Amino acid sequence: MSETTQIDSPQRHFELLPQTPSTGEVRGELLEVSMGPQHPSTHGVFRMDVVLDGERVTKLKPVFGYLHRNHEKIAESATYLSSMPYTDRLDYFCSLTNNWAYALAVEKLAGLQVPERAEYIRVITAELTRLQNHASLGGFLLQDMGASGTPLMYAFREREKILDLFESLTGARMMCNYMRFGGCRCDLPAGWLEQAKRVTAAFPRFLDEFEALLNDNEILMARTQGIGVLSGELATNAGVTGPMLRASGVNYDIRKVDKYGIYDRFSFRVPLGEHGDVYDRYMVRILEMRESVKILEAALRDVPGGAIVDPKAKLRGFRPKPGEAYGRIEAPKGELGFYLISDGTPNPYRYHVRPPSFVNLTILEDMCLGHVVADVVVILGSVDIVMGEVDR
Amino acid sequence: MLGEGIIKGMAETARNFLGSYTSDERLTTVQYPEERLAPKEAARNFPFLVYDGPDWEKGLRCVACQICEKECPPKCIYIVKDPAKKPDYVGKLQFQPKVFDIDTSVCMSCQICVEVCPFDAIKMDIEYELSTPDRFGELLLNKQALSKPNEYYRKIHPTEAAEVDARFAAEKAKMEAKAKAEAEAKAAASPRAPAPKPEPRQAPAPELAKAT
Repeated sequence: MSETTQIDSPQRHFELLPQTPSTGEVRGELLEVSMGPQHPSTHGVFRMDVVLDGERVTKLKPVFGYLHRNHEKIAESATYLSSMPYTDRLDYFCSLTNNWAYALAVEKLAGLQVPERAEYIRVITAELTRLQNHASLGGFLLQDMGASGTPLMYAFREREKILDLFESLTGARMMCNYMRFGGCRCDLPAGWLEQAKRVTAAFPRFLDEFEALLNDNEILMARTQGIGVLSGELATNAGVTGPMLRASGVNYDIRKVDKYGIYDRFSFRVPLGEHGDVYDRYMVRILEMRESVKILEAALRDVPGGAIVDPKAKLRGFRPKPGEAYGRIEAPKGELGFYLISDGTPNPYRYHVRPPSFVNLTILEDMCLGHVVADVVVILGSVDIVMGEVDR
Repeated sequence: MLGEGIIKGMAETARNFLGSYTSDERLTTVQYPEERLAPKEAARNFPFLVYDGPDWEKGLRCVACQICEKECPPKCIYIVKDPAKKPDYVGKLQFQPKVFDIDTSVCMSCQICVEVCPFDAIKMDIEYELSTPDRFGELLLNKQALSKPNEYYRKIHPTEAAEVDARFAAEKAKMEAKAKAEAEAKAAASPRAPAPKPEPRQAPAPELAKAT
């Protein structure tokens, strides 16, 4: 400590910059800082109680619940259909995958068969959702690192094209409320497929641009490589799913494991990380987008004609037979599951959501220990949370 | 070389910046109040009630069945049934709403009311410039404020409206054909059998009629 206090000499003033003792012998007073819930870097109303030793994190406690909306209990007192628009508001970036997970659970419960065309449309919309989620996450992650604006705006430019597609299909840009039990709400409008094909075909060009902009950037590498390392074992034990788990090198993609919907018809690879740090999480998402483009190309090419919804599915007076079901999908953020118990009434007896970003957030402390506060922001950004889903 | 990646990234930024002068694809911002995007046909914002003909009160399609009130997820619809019936588009007597309120400050634009309505009475509007300084009065829309003519519906959702109109016309034609057939049957039956009115179910009635 003493060697850095060269206050008298004006030539050496830069040595006053804080340095963490490498030996760990010198311990200053610990400082408890409450980051959030209004902190702009916390992706919503999320608070971290951080205990700092100088600039390093020694303890971190995530505190959530500021956006709790009682989603599960509301769903238990509403009809099955009435809960569908509420699922849009869980992860408001990916409303279509939320719809799909809920519809999948109810379809298992009620034994409904989804027509071929609806399955294809579901895959197309889900993969488009993945593209726009990962693209904007890349932007947000860079925003957290201080690359204010440029990558985020480039990502949002692409996202806008996908949201336009969603709007012309479902009527809303974010709160789509599109899928129904046993199919989808409405058929594709005229010219939609062509538009989707154009957007998909143009997407790799954006990815090339995005990667050229960022991948080799020395600042990005310095800020992300070796930061927030999460071992595959810890990730598995903590129940982490999605790109975060795959960045830690664990090959687990529910599209491959469960083969829900018609995912067994598409050939795509699952990108895996090696180090489990923030850079790997970023790269896994970039590579996942490239695979999604492949799925989209195949799906858009093969969309068959036919019905859009199971004729057995009833819109009014829908009462599945008593039983329980768990439907899960690979949402862009990880495993999104809906657990339902039916007692034969129009409302579910129990309705539970297994949100990916909530579970992924639980090991935030393990990733952040020993890093500086600025890295905590980046690590949190790489988890990819949406508070609407964490708090429900 | 250190800094190579940054320079590469900067070149990309420069390409985007300079490209925005030559290519519309790189200049995507719509200057909103002056410029507007064309509305999408599927777009939805808040519900409205459709009426046929010139009089909004007489032509209202809503029959106050209250299905939308029950299915509305945030429960923003409030309906009171009017005991007085009025004829609908095919001339059948139906109930009508005495009060029909939608609190658009609560509405979440999910379109479920539209989907569950069996009478095509409630549809989604695309109007989005609805800001008001009055939090409660202006956002709580009553029956009159909600009522909009079918012509407006045709204008904002042409494909959907054409489908509904075709369905209504087919139903009306069917009803008219049925009524005509009934009238004809009546007309055909009435001169042939005016006498056996008190005892219509008797088996030998036709013979009696023939005999007379």
